[in-house]
Amino acid sequence: MSKKRWVQGLVLVVLVALGVFAYQTRQVSHAGESITAVGSTALQPLVEAAGEQYTGEHLGTFINVQGGGTGTGLSQIQEGAVQIGDSDLFAAEQKGIRANELVDHRVAVVGITPIVNKRVGVQNLSTHQLIQVFTGQVTNWKQVGGADLPIVLINRAQGSGTRATFEQFGLMKHRSKTAQEQDSSGMVRSIVATTPGAISYVAFSYVDRTVQDVSLNHVAPTEDNVTTNKWPIWSYEHLYTKGQPTGLTKAFIAYVQSPAIQKTLVRQLGYLSPNQMTVERNATGHITQTGGA
Amino acid sequence: MNSKTQNKVAIGGLYGIAGFVVLILLALLGFILVSGVPQLSWHFLTAPGKAFLKGGGVGVQLFNSFYLLILAMLISFPIALGAAIYLYEYAKDNWLTTTIRTAIEILSSLPSVVVGLFGFLFFVVKLHLGFSILSGAFALTFFNLPLLTRSIEDSLRTISDVQREGGLALGLSRWETVSRVILPAAVPSILTGVILSAGRVFGEAAALIYTAGQSAPALNFADWNPFNISSPLNPMRPAETLAVHIWKINSEGIMPDAKAISSGSSAVLVIAILLFNFAARYLGKRLYKRLTSA
Amino acid sequence: MKSTQQLERQLKRRSKAAKLEIWGRLISLTALLLIVAVVVGIIGFVASKGIATFTSNHVNLWDFLSGKNWNPGITDAHGKPEVGALPMIVGSFLITILSAIVATPFAIGTAVFMNEISPNKGAKILQPVTELLVGIPSVVYGFIGLSVVVPTTRALFGGSGFGILSGTCVLFVMILPTVTSMSADALRAVPRYYREASLALGATQWQTIYKVVLRAATPGLMTAVVFGMARAFGEALAVQMVIGNAALMPNSLVSPSSTLTSVLTTGIGNTVMGSLQNNALWSLALVLLLMSLVFNLIIRLIGRKGRLQ
Repeated sequence: MSKKRWVQGLVLVVLVALGVFAYQTRQVSHAGESITAVGSTALQPLVEAAGEQYTGEHLGTFINVQGGGTGTGLSQIQEGAVQIGDSDLFAAEQKGIRANELVDHRVAVVGITPIVNKRVGVQNLSTHQLIQVFTGQVTNWKQVGGADLPIVLINRAQGSGTRATFEQFGLMKHRSKTAQEQDSSGMVRSIVATTPGAISYVAFSYVDRTVQDVSLNHVAPTEDNVTTNKWPIWSYEHLYTKGQPTGLTKAFIAYVQSPAIQKTLVRQLGYLSPNQMTVERNATGHITQTGGA
Repeated sequence: MNSKTQNKVAIGGLYGIAGFVVLILLALLGFILVSGVPQLSWHFLTAPGKAFLKGGGVGVQLFNSFYLLILAMLISFPIALGAAIYLYEYAKDNWLTTTIRTAIEILSSLPSVVVGLFGFLFFVVKLHLGFSILSGAFALTFFNLPLLTRSIEDSLRTISDVQREGGLALGLSRWETVSRVILPAAVPSILTGVILSAGRVFGEAAALIYTAGQSAPALNFADWNPFNISSPLNPMRPAETLAVHIWKINSEGIMPDAKAISSGSSAVLVIAILLFNFAARYLGKRLYKRLTSA
Repeated sequence: MKSTQQLERQLKRRSKAAKLEIWGRLISLTALLLIVAVVVGIIGFVASKGIATFTSNHVNLWDFLSGKNWNPGITDAHGKPEVGALPMIVGSFLITILSAIVATPFAIGTAVFMNEISPNKGAKILQPVTELLVGIPSVVYGFIGLSVVVPTTRALFGGSGFGILSGTCVLFVMILPTVTSMSADALRAVPRYYREASLALGATQWQTIYKVVLRAATPGLMTAVVFGMARAFGEALAVQMVIGNAALMPNSLVSPSSTLTSVLTTGIGNTVMGSLQNNALWSLALVLLLMSLVFNLIIRLIGRKGRLQ
């Protein structure tokens, strides 16, 4: 018994010694600044990739990027629990947020397009037809010039930025009728790809060979058309801070908005840079012409 | 129908049911492995992930999953064991005990996203633990405790009272009876419970999205100093696990090989659980032999 | 004189075993109290958030339970927010009960096979099989459901394939291992002499199983089923992928519908904490808790009856 005690004591001492040694020899440089960004899952890959590049170039900083949804991002930035809140929407559009306390930093523009299952056989819809489809006034694709298939609506979850943008600028503020809801673009795409008669909407970067994108009033969903607002369904991606940013937060946001990121990562991830736009839009949807690039 | 034919038919039916269950598993495993195994390579298992390019791996996520599982088990097992012992061996069978049992059972029906959000508001925000392995381990503990307590209590119940009476008759105290007689005898069935809950923990995603986080910063596997941020052992770093990774790339992944990574990861997860299972079973047998000297 | 004092002290001193006993009791009690604290904490948290819908947002409880429109973001003609949770409550109930009905015979059958008919094969094949089924993460179940079950349902029964039927299929497989292993435990707890006595009376193996073992194990089996149901209640990710998530009253088993958990999980990240939309989702979580409380009480009553007979 006493021998066992001895061994136990020895192990404990060694463990404590190891711990102290490890603490003493820790890399002091990494005890530097760290910030956390949470929010929109759609924006997460961009911020994450930019964060990795930034910490690679600036040793001693750490940028922790998490998802959780736009609502979580905005409520946590409002609480001051994090340094950056990622959002797909203007803070003013989200209920329960005191937008005047938050500072908006636009880092990207995302275009959103309706997508349909390949067997639907529709490649163009007028705005009127799109509204009819999503409000349930037509229920079969042959009524809008497609195959004889019942229409299956797939929405994003209520409160999602993509849905809010689509309903505001695609459906001209009509509400979609209650239908299936999914909470991510990847799920929406795979469901539309496999369900005959399905229609939904995703960001341009999610369109691939498995689904058919739809032109609106014979305007194709292309980046060029977004920059001139000929394709109206687009929105900004925002990084929100509580008050003016300082320190690492400020440096990082400036880095994301710098050409180094705007011309590389933003484009690679399928976004447009706000610098490419020839128009500007405010929280109420009002459009002003700017020179643009 | 006489009772003998009835017997034959019924037992045949039971064989059928058992066979069907095995068939379901084989189909599931086959589906996962056939689509996943071709994606596996040494590179895939060890390389860090890539956000939007081809050729990312799951090395970091794999390590995170195991580390988180071990931490969560280290925290939750002793608590669950103690609670189960008290509930079954000490507590009187009165309304209070019943209420506690009911409450524990109710807790296990909460969707794990609620536990995750609770963990987020409490550990991540209130206690300032941030998105970290530690927050994740606590959230998993919350999620795991009801299940584990329940299953350990059931294991204790399967040990017949004769053993308890025997221990007490030998002049052992209650605690000695429990720790020297009952627990060793219950080890195999406790172990089954632990494996079952470890499997659930290993595959859990929703509780971790808001606590351990969904980003996996690259790790330096040469640095085992737990105080360094890039050390694999640092419990304060954000850690995406394999299950969260599968969920994430399926929902918002834009890398061109998202599907391949997702099926590869599923296969890795299932194979890891398989190995884990066999190892635990082997250990359990050895432990049982040693503890009961049978 | 001195020696008697010493002796007295020695005799009155607590023995090592007694000290150990007190320690053991204290430690295990602390563990239990810790769990109680966790349970109370979470339940209190959900309750306080869930009740806020009715106290600070002034939603009528009856409207919440019986309304059929779920659009917390907008208000109806009377200026009240549309927070009718009935479609989700019905969806959750249906899918839970259906999957329990389907899973119970399979689970108990497998457990009986493992325990009574072929313990050897049971330990070698079936137990690892059930444990593996638990380990498959629900995300993977969801994707298999999406790529296999939904198209099959669509081909066989029409519609979009999303709905309660697909959800039941997926949940059936997911709760099977839980119910099976707990049923096996329940059967194992039946003393061996019950079986021996029955066989000695000339009963066949099936008669022994059906009339003696299963009867004796009924309360345990009930608990196993409730536990499976609890899992079905709380499962979110997998169900969410195959049920379609439409907040509509299910008018058939293959029409898109939703459960409490699926709406909760899809919506919670998109709402702002403290807002009505967010509180309404927490109310759903509260309903979930209360529903499982009711289930638990019912089963406890049944279990007590079984014991009295």
